[in-house]
Amino acid sequence: MQSLLTIQGPETALFWFLAPLAVLAAIGMLLVKKAVHSALLLAWVMITLAIFYIAQDALFLGIVQVVVYTGAVMMLFLFILMLVGVDSSDSLTETITGLRPIAITAAVGFGGLMVSLLGHATLGREPIGLDIANQSGNVQGLAELLFSKYVWPFEVVSALLITAALGAMVLAHHQRTNPRPTQREQAVNRFRSGSLAGAAGLPGPGVFARHNAVDVPALLPDGTPAPSSISATLKARGDVIDSSQFQLDNVDTTVVEEK
Amino acid sequence: MKNAQLLLDDPGWIITLKAVIVFAVCVVLTIMSVWGERRLVARMQMRVGPNRVGKFGLIQALADGVKLALKEDLIPAAADKVVFVIAPIISATTAFMAFAVMPLTGPVTFFGEKTVMQLTDIPVGVLYVLATASVGVYGIVLAGWSSGSTYPLLGGLRSSAQVISYEIAMGLSLVSVFIYSGSMSTSSIVQAQQETWWYGLVLFPSFVIYAISMVGETNRAPFDLAEAEGELVGGFHTEYSSLKFALFFLAEYVNIIAVSALATTLFLGGYHAFPGLGFTEQWLGGWFTLIWFFIKVLFFFFIFVWLRGTLPRLRYDQFMQFGWKVLIPVSLLWILVVATLRVISTTSQSRPVTFGFAGVVVLIVLGISTAFDNSKKKRDSVVHPTAAEPNFAVPSLPSEITTINVSNQGGDRG
Repeated sequence: MQSLLTIQGPETALFWFLAPLAVLAAIGMLLVKKAVHSALLLAWVMITLAIFYIAQDALFLGIVQVVVYTGAVMMLFLFILMLVGVDSSDSLTETITGLRPIAITAAVGFGGLMVSLLGHATLGREPIGLDIANQSGNVQGLAELLFSKYVWPFEVVSALLITAALGAMVLAHHQRTNPRPTQREQAVNRFRSGSLAGAAGLPGPGVFARHNAVDVPALLPDGTPAPSSISATLKARGDVIDSSQFQLDNVDTTVVEEK
Repeated sequence: MKNAQLLLDDPGWIITLKAVIVFAVCVVLTIMSVWGERRLVARMQMRVGPNRVGKFGLIQALADGVKLALKEDLIPAAADKVVFVIAPIISATTAFMAFAVMPLTGPVTFFGEKTVMQLTDIPVGVLYVLATASVGVYGIVLAGWSSGSTYPLLGGLRSSAQVISYEIAMGLSLVSVFIYSGSMSTSSIVQAQQETWWYGLVLFPSFVIYAISMVGETNRAPFDLAEAEGELVGGFHTEYSSLKFALFFLAEYVNIIAVSALATTLFLGGYHAFPGLGFTEQWLGGWFTLIWFFIKVLFFFFIFVWLRGTLPRLRYDQFMQFGWKVLIPVSLLWILVVATLRVISTTSQSRPVTFGFAGVVVLIVLGISTAFDNSKKKRDSVVHPTAAEPNFAVPSLPSEITTINVSNQGGDRG
């Protein structure tokens, strides 16, 4: 038993270098304001754990931890968080008064309970040691256990995950009321609808050499703004700038000489 | 002797030296492959390509790199500064890390020490490459997010979705290699191929799926939707300049070389010579295997360039559909077939059963492809509901022209 707890040499160095970083990152995850920063710090904690697993001869577990948790699960989190934008941060105002002390008390209490429980926990038998566990290779040893002794729980968990994935898909799925026009149908419609004006594509927004933003309607040769040159969404929101100010007649073209 | 045992007694300074060499090889290969790509694409487009700086324009890429490094380093005001700086570093670092498990040569003598040119040989080497690739995506995603601008965000989203989807297909294509070689370590897979045939032949469908998904994984044409300049300006690296952009550039090319090296290792026999040329492996004290390895890697690189010179970019939804609805189901079915064949051949070892099973599989594939063709014909025969055909004033087709009116408009030739 004692031999398991002594760590020497490079592993000790690795531990004392990475463990404080992991703890700092874990605390930082709770304290930073931006959700993406939190996610990044969590990813760092996961990678540190993976390195610890590898250092303790659990090579397969360490690599799979990176592939599955950091590479897939955390990436999906990040994928969603990215959509909230770069300058949004969580509001820290309490909506229900007195919630914070209650939460802190509960968290500390639960943490203490867990630590005391785990501190008393025993395996129920003497550990056999990594050398014997990894005797026929780390991957082979795991595979032997997973596909013989633990094959039933393994299959149950995979069935559960597939059910969850299917459930998510069913909940998120919606049926279109009318089929989406294909690219070909759209092309045919462009040419066979009433006007040919848009057949070669709609005019782009902006006024040449004056203003190139998407919310400025282009000016037609006769000086009137082209309504089809801006997005319908912007029009509906009322975010359209009047482009008549950029007409040549209205622009102040007198040159002021700099002294 | 196995690679892992050869590597075990390497002194620290040899390991350090090897790490430096691997790094240097990646950087030099990147510079040379940028030049090579530009020359090759130029030839494919009837141009000459860079030919001014150095002999044959060889150091053009180096000159461009120096120019890039000396440019002004901009950080947009709207950017998240810390993440903006970290993103290219993650991208470049992880790209290099994948090379640690690639066996570049067979047993050689390196400064008096018998070893192999491979940094480390872990039993889950191929999974390690997948792990570094999946961390590398962070670089792209974070670059897109932290730029604080719309096009990079869209490019980052596209790119991450693409890399994640194609990583699944890639991972699945590797499974059959694991099943056949009985190992996930790169050196054992190379060894196992030496005992049978190259897995590029034995597991041809896996090879094809891997080859397609490696192009998707590295964001290269025709799958370079993340930086579709017609739609997204520069994609995730629109806001980057100077050395930070150079890091992304480097990461892209090192990634290409890394996936090519993995393809070489898993499917084309790694550092071994072509069948029948085995005697060359002893040349130069075993160092000739390095040349074989890089011939194969550069072959894949040539394919990358060829694809870029030939194919137009895919539409995004078609691309994702191809990944999820074609590549992944096909590789799942293929794994099923491979696993069954493997079980049959290891347990019963009776040839008729194996051939019978293979025949049934081939018949099923043929049946499915016929049914698919029929349904496609049916779909194509649907007449699109249309309004009246418009009547445009168009010039007559050459076949409709019967008389040509030649009139001399007054002696313009003098």
